[in-house]
Amino acid sequence: MTEEKTINVSESGFVPKHELLSYEQAQELLKKLNISLKQLPKIKKTDAAIKELNAKRGSIIKITRNSQTAGVYYYYRVVV
Amino acid sequence: MAKVNSIKFGILSPQMIKKMAAVKIEKAELYDPDGYPINGGLCDLRLGVVDPGLRCRVCGATAGNCLGHFGYLELTKPVIHPIFGKQIFQLLKVTCRKCGRMLATEDEIKDMKNPWKEIYKKPKKKCPHCDAEQKKITFQKPTTYREDKEELTAEQVRERLERIANEDLKLLGIKGGRPEWLVLTLLPIPPVTVRPSITLETGERSEDDLTHKLVDIIRINERLKKNIELGAPDFIINDIWELLQYHVSTLMNNEISTLPPARHRSGRALKTLAQRLTKKEGRFRGNLSGKRVNFSARTVISPDPAISIDEIGIPLIIAKNLTIPVRVNKNNLKQLKQRVLNGSETYPGANYVIRPDNVKKKITEENKEQIAEEIAIGYTVERHLQDGDIVIFNRQPSLHRMSMMAHRVRVMNYKTFRLNLCTTIPYNADFDGDEMNVHVPQTEEAQIEARMLMSVQNHIRSPRYGLPVIACKHDHITGSYMLTKKETRISKKDAAALLLRIGMEDHAGKEYTGKELFSLLLPKGLNIEFRAASCMGCKKCLKSACPYDSYVVIKNGVLKHGVIDENALGEKKGKLLNRIERQFGADTVKEFLNKASLLALEFITKQGFTVSVTDVKIKSSVEKRIEKMLEEAEKDVGKLVSDYKRGRLKKLPGMGARESLEALLQKKAGDVTNRVGKVLKESLSETSAVIMAKTGARGSFVNLSQTCALVGQEFVGGERIFRGFTGRTLSHFKPGDLGLKSHGFVFHGYKRGLDPYEFFFDAMNSRENLMDKSLQTRHSGYMERRLINALQDLRVEEDMTVRDSRGTIVQFTAGEDGIDPAKSDGGAINFDLLES
Ligand SMILES: [Mg+2]
Ligand SMILES: [Zn+2]
Ligand SMILES: [Zn+2]
Ligand SMILES: [Zn+2]
Repeated sequence: MTEEKTINVSESGFVPKHELLSYEQAQELLKKLNISLKQLPKIKKTDAAIKELNAKRGSIIKITRNSQTAGVYYYYRVVV
Repeated sequence: MAKVNSIKFGILSPQMIKKMAAVKIEKAELYDPDGYPINGGLCDLRLGVVDPGLRCRVCGATAGNCLGHFGYLELTKPVIHPIFGKQIFQLLKVTCRKCGRMLATEDEIKDMKNPWKEIYKKPKKKCPHCDAEQKKITFQKPTTYREDKEELTAEQVRERLERIANEDLKLLGIKGGRPEWLVLTLLPIPPVTVRPSITLETGERSEDDLTHKLVDIIRINERLKKNIELGAPDFIINDIWELLQYHVSTLMNNEISTLPPARHRSGRALKTLAQRLTKKEGRFRGNLSGKRVNFSARTVISPDPAISIDEIGIPLIIAKNLTIPVRVNKNNLKQLKQRVLNGSETYPGANYVIRPDNVKKKITEENKEQIAEEIAIGYTVERHLQDGDIVIFNRQPSLHRMSMMAHRVRVMNYKTFRLNLCTTIPYNADFDGDEMNVHVPQTEEAQIEARMLMSVQNHIRSPRYGLPVIACKHDHITGSYMLTKKETRISKKDAAALLLRIGMEDHAGKEYTGKELFSLLLPKGLNIEFRAASCMGCKKCLKSACPYDSYVVIKNGVLKHGVIDENALGEKKGKLLNRIERQFGADTVKEFLNKASLLALEFITKQGFTVSVTDVKIKSSVEKRIEKMLEEAEKDVGKLVSDYKRGRLKKLPGMGARESLEALLQKKAGDVTNRVGKVLKESLSETSAVIMAKTGARGSFVNLSQTCALVGQEFVGGERIFRGFTGRTLSHFKPGDLGLKSHGFVFHGYKRGLDPYEFFFDAMNSRENLMDKSLQTRHSGYMERRLINALQDLRVEEDMTVRDSRGTIVQFTAGEDGIDPAKSDGGAINFDLLES
């Protein structure tokens, strides 16, 4: 059998920063946007970018992206 | 009107087909010799009525009110439903040929995620329920099944499907009917209302394609029945049965790839059920997504520089046809009475009157006096279109929102729509026969909405690049440049005439400089500085002291320095237009654009502006210089090639010797063309063609140098030209020649003329460009469709999030930065303007 090689994609420099929101932060975000979890964009639990975060289903990932128009742009995804 | 609560999709059972039918169809003939519909034929009166005057025998309603009623045909032998061929095959494969149970034990099924798929992929050789041996089933599109090469009849297929247990169906996820209903025993006959016959002028009846197809089916069905009754041999019966299957299959879909399409007597393929729904003209794209509408008009367009950008010239004949409903009240009663009195022939008149009880009456020459007498408060008069009405103007392809804008009506003579030249840019219109459409909003609400949201002046700045898209073009720019040039003087008389033409009074009554005259259009309080398009890009810009007068300075609405050209007024540039809009609003910039464009046109018309070949004449000294540069380049190329051939060429990083040579030669070719262009730019005197190029009105310096100096390197597929004979492009050259001349470098300009082989290379390049262009537009059209379908119901909410119709967030801030480019300065915010 070949040994399974894993790559941490967050070190590649091509993947924007993914971080896990705390319960309080998540609640605050949902309140601010006046939405339920269902209305957030989704990210798979198995997504390579959040493998290291050990996020549970239903938690929110904050993604910090470089933006052409705005410089920095925050995006949020719920783990499914 | 009945309300639709839900729609359920499923398969019709034979019982249902019988139940919903009003008549059993048995005869292939349509009419008896007297032309009366035959009972039990395809035009049986119980199938509904289409001819006015007759009443339906089933529901008693007249034509138009009776929706029609189905009939049914008893098929002598069952046939496979062609659209479900694949599903039937899958069902046959996952179930036992003998007992009809699924080819898996209950325990196995419990462990499966998708039993249907998993059993289908690995079918068992033996039934786990009855131990029956399973044979290999194959499927040939659209309706043929074979078991170990033995063909299964539709009857056999139906028997097998009948054996499948209801519990198994649940496991397979089949809802909405029994599988054996996929094999038709009864055929529903659609009502005549969906296949109306047309009576031709000659009195002959012409039947719908569907009727033709159904006649075929009934004929074959009869023949099959007779042959069975007569005890004909099996092979004959099977042949006829197969024919019946073919006819039923093509009734459902006449574009099945493996079947020849059924044809009309004329050779045209019949348009059967599936063909009514699919493609561009089908029910979905042709009738539901896109409909024909009333209150619209279409005609050829032509230019009118004298009308405002937010106006549209409507031909009188169209104005008399398009109407706006106006409710009669005590203020307009008298006026509307007069309209009715004028009738539909005299302009301005009216075409219809609607009584308070919603009965609509056409106004004719005979009844107009009587109707005028009758109308009172509460009536509605559909009056002719008049000056000042708001209409929506559109040119296809409607690729962005500026393709449909609201214009104010101006009724005019002749038969074309007239539009201001500045609006040709967003519509992408020209006047070589283009046609455009007009739509008249009918309610006050729609009219106001169009006026506020869709007016032309509100779309001057494009949401794509945040700069003017409704702007000056061609002669506007040339004219403004000529007008604002340093040396331009306008006599007292000419100034008065020009100003009168653009609707301004000549206050000063004196001789003007061009800049002074132009300044009269600028609003007070406007301060802006920028470089003109004609800026030569000096190493150090001297700003207002620019020797070419290419630095524009406007102080308090007075043009102090610089010429007005593309950078001030042009599309995607338009710094001046952009600033006026930002600082003074849409209506001010509209007025400015109207006046500036008309002034420029009037001025250039008076002054005259001619382009000729001598515009690009170059001095013989320059010609010599260019020749020398080309000679040098050829020498350099010769050296590179000989270096390469002797293996002494220095390779470029990441390339082999041959690649390096190509790269170097391409660079050499480009360099010399550029250098020649530069020499030319400096030496050309300011002729008309040069003025157009440098102000950005039309053409470029590349065009000019290709005309009078050399065309330069021609490319095919991004490379120098190599195709043709072995080792050479054309027989004019020696095999193995790698030089410029033999691989598409054109040493001559279009004016002097190309050598035959140069002409050939130029044609190769042109051909590629032409193909690319046409393919590109096709692709971008299709991409547009897909994007619109994907994005159509996204919108920006109050909190700046972008959400779809379910409220799901797509972007947390619109465009990531929350800036509406249509209200921005070239996509960004100009903070200098915010401070003041
Ligand atoms: Mg055209
Ligand atoms: Zn009826
Ligand atoms: Zn079995
Ligand atoms: Zn300059």
